[in-house]
Amino acid sequence: MQTTTASTSRIRTLATGESVQRLLALGALVILLVFFSIIAPNFATLENYRNILTATASNGLLATGVTFAIITGGIDLSIGTGTAFTSVAMGIVAVNWGLPLPLGLLAGLASGGLVGLINGTLIAKAKLPPFIATLGMLYVTLGMAQVLSDVHPIYFTDPQPALQDFFMGKPIAGIPNIVWVMFGGAAVAWVLLNKTVLGRYTFAIGSNEEATRLSGVNVDRWKIAVYVVGGVFVGLAGIVLAARSASAQPSQGMGYELNAIAAAVIGGTSLAGGEGSIVGTLIGAFLISTLGTGLSVDNVPQQFQYVITGLVVIGAVWLDIFRRRSRA
Amino acid sequence: MGELLVEMTGISKSFPGVHALDDAQFELRAGEVHALVGENGAGKSTLMKVLCGIYARDAGVIRVKGVEAYPATPKAAQDLGIAIIHQELNLMGHLTVAQNIFIGREPHRGLLLDEKALNRKATELFEELHILLDPRVRVSRLAVAQQQMVEIAKAFSYNSDVLIMDEPTAALTDTEIDELFRITRTLRDRGHGIVHISHRLEELRQISDRVTVMRDGRYINTVVTAETNIQQIISMMVGRTIFEAAPELPEDPSQEVVLEVRNLNRGRQVRDVSFQLRRGEILGVAGLVGAGRTEVMRAVFAADKPESGQVLINGQPVAIKNPGDAVRHGIAYLSEDRKRYGLALGMDVELNIVLASMRRFMSRFGWMHARAARAQALKLVETLAIKTPGIGQRVKNLSGGNQQKVVIAKWLTADTDILIFDEPTRGIDVGAKSEIYRLLNDLARRGKAVIMISSELPEILRMSHRILVMCEGRITGELSAAEATQERIMTLATQRQSVATAGPETSTAMSVGAN
Repeated sequence: MQTTTASTSRIRTLATGESVQRLLALGALVILLVFFSIIAPNFATLENYRNILTATASNGLLATGVTFAIITGGIDLSIGTGTAFTSVAMGIVAVNWGLPLPLGLLAGLASGGLVGLINGTLIAKAKLPPFIATLGMLYVTLGMAQVLSDVHPIYFTDPQPALQDFFMGKPIAGIPNIVWVMFGGAAVAWVLLNKTVLGRYTFAIGSNEEATRLSGVNVDRWKIAVYVVGGVFVGLAGIVLAARSASAQPSQGMGYELNAIAAAVIGGTSLAGGEGSIVGTLIGAFLISTLGTGLSVDNVPQQFQYVITGLVVIGAVWLDIFRRRSRA
Repeated sequence: MGELLVEMTGISKSFPGVHALDDAQFELRAGEVHALVGENGAGKSTLMKVLCGIYARDAGVIRVKGVEAYPATPKAAQDLGIAIIHQELNLMGHLTVAQNIFIGREPHRGLLLDEKALNRKATELFEELHILLDPRVRVSRLAVAQQQMVEIAKAFSYNSDVLIMDEPTAALTDTEIDELFRITRTLRDRGHGIVHISHRLEELRQISDRVTVMRDGRYINTVVTAETNIQQIISMMVGRTIFEAAPELPEDPSQEVVLEVRNLNRGRQVRDVSFQLRRGEILGVAGLVGAGRTEVMRAVFAADKPESGQVLINGQPVAIKNPGDAVRHGIAYLSEDRKRYGLALGMDVELNIVLASMRRFMSRFGWMHARAARAQALKLVETLAIKTPGIGQRVKNLSGGNQQKVVIAKWLTADTDILIFDEPTRGIDVGAKSEIYRLLNDLARRGKAVIMISSELPEILRMSHRILVMCEGRITGELSAAEATQERIMTLATQRQSVATAGPETSTAMSVGAN
């Protein structure tokens, strides 16, 4: 049997090993910021950094929410078009029905939670593979958003300018409130993932679902809870997107889910389940928007931006696999 | 020994086609370590799974502390104070030791987890059991032995009176086994009843108070360990009459060596393995589950890359880097899991037969020579007497024995000279078994060289010209057909390295277990 010295050295390798991917992502982010600052003189401006933060808000929220599902070994493809559904729900309550804005916001969050509940039930109870269940819900949410809005955007400017006034307002450091919403959401997610039973079972299910079940944990219920949490974050992202455009766009969101999943993966969340962190996911989200903003400032055409983003995702995952293999 | 904790009598359990338990019995008292031994498939694990609510019995009585009880789920068994530690550990590798032990029972303050209390509880538990483990370490970073300690601590934390360990020493080194036994004794001395399922007979005296022997799903005997020896136990384990039919071996193999393996190594399961295979010979490979037999053959076939070693075909060294190379050199490996590795289940008989030799049935532009393929398939269906409505039948609709024949047909079509059969009759009913035996004999007679891995001793004895016996990744002996007996094979198959190095005669005496 090993002695305690062996155990302590294990703790040390644990501390370094676990956060390596996060550190790598952080390092890549810093390098990218420095790189763009050098080659594009107009990159290193306060205004530009604010732009990057603002651009990250919705993807950061989606990525934070989907991190839970990915850690359980699942996936949620419905989060992109889910934002269309939740912002239309918001618009209907706050604009079409003329109810107070807070009720509209609540409708946005609740509709997101509902989509999550359906996803979770399909996965945990009907035993559909997460990929299929949420792929189906991708189309259902998009379709429902268009049905409910009659394929017309719902504008919050009149009689509800309050939405944009509040969420795009910049009371602190000239940074719009949607950025603080993202950080607030991420903080809540961090607590959920690291300090509550929900987070514990999220990791446990992703690590060994059968063992978790045999230990007497109601795995089905907690899986549903995980997708509901993801859905509420879709609701938050829907609010942010609606605030940015001052409207609910019933056709938005296709492809957003891939950006969010990419952010989580760059940040060290394993698609095989059992591993991931909110901090890593946020770093991944910032990395993606820094890349986008930096390349735009450098006048790199959009088509090349796609190529480069794709290479970053492949590189991040390859690095992770390489690191794991060399450790094993 | 204390009160009767568990009493099982007249337990029977059938699975489709298999009578796994037949009037089996077992008892466990408080404060004893009760070893349960038997050959592969003797029904040890099945009996314990019945006790743990994993299988439901067909007949029989179970009493737990004098009260009749039939747990329907593992949870129900746990509530009765019965915990099992499976051979494949059930842990969450990404969580810490403490998080694993108290999964589902986490201490919390309000909505938040109380990690401090969690680690404190785990530390207290370890102190009580005198286990040296840091509760905050991730389980995936622990050695198997330590993971086992975590499982034991977890089972103990449920206040289980009955602790069942299924092959707990299978993956452990000697020092780790000592530590495991120390903890086992601690638990025993506190009045827990422990069931120790094992293949390793020499450790019985070290750890067990009583031994129950099972064979073919039946109860054979229960003996006090101190009053018996290994030879007695082995003879109880194997005392089965061999098949009625006399061995029907093809004439002596010619001396031409077609395959030679020298000093093959791969991890713990393949250690310095060398052997020769001759034309026209059936070479049996015996050993207990986990002895490394499959691993050796997979390494020869390069399904898993060996770390070192040399393979010679017809006396020439060859480089086999992947299964494709092996096939090109005329080696076929027929996996024990033919449904997973041997067949395209959803495809028809014809396609499966030509699958490994597609190139021969294709024109240069990728067109299939349909007529040649059909002719080949029809020919083999006839020669091997494959029972199928036609060559267009999907393989998944055939019986196990006929599926096995399709796999054989596939490798015959590929014109391989060396056929490695891994448990060729597993899951095949008795009638079809003798057909497979006849087929193997026929292959050998036609000059193919055959290796047959089997866990069934009568099968090995009946079919082989020569028998290699393995234990823990090493070849512990070679027996000719004439000198092989079940007892001899069993003795070699349980000859662990520490025992083997202690001297030639000690392997039969139980006292060596004390080292």
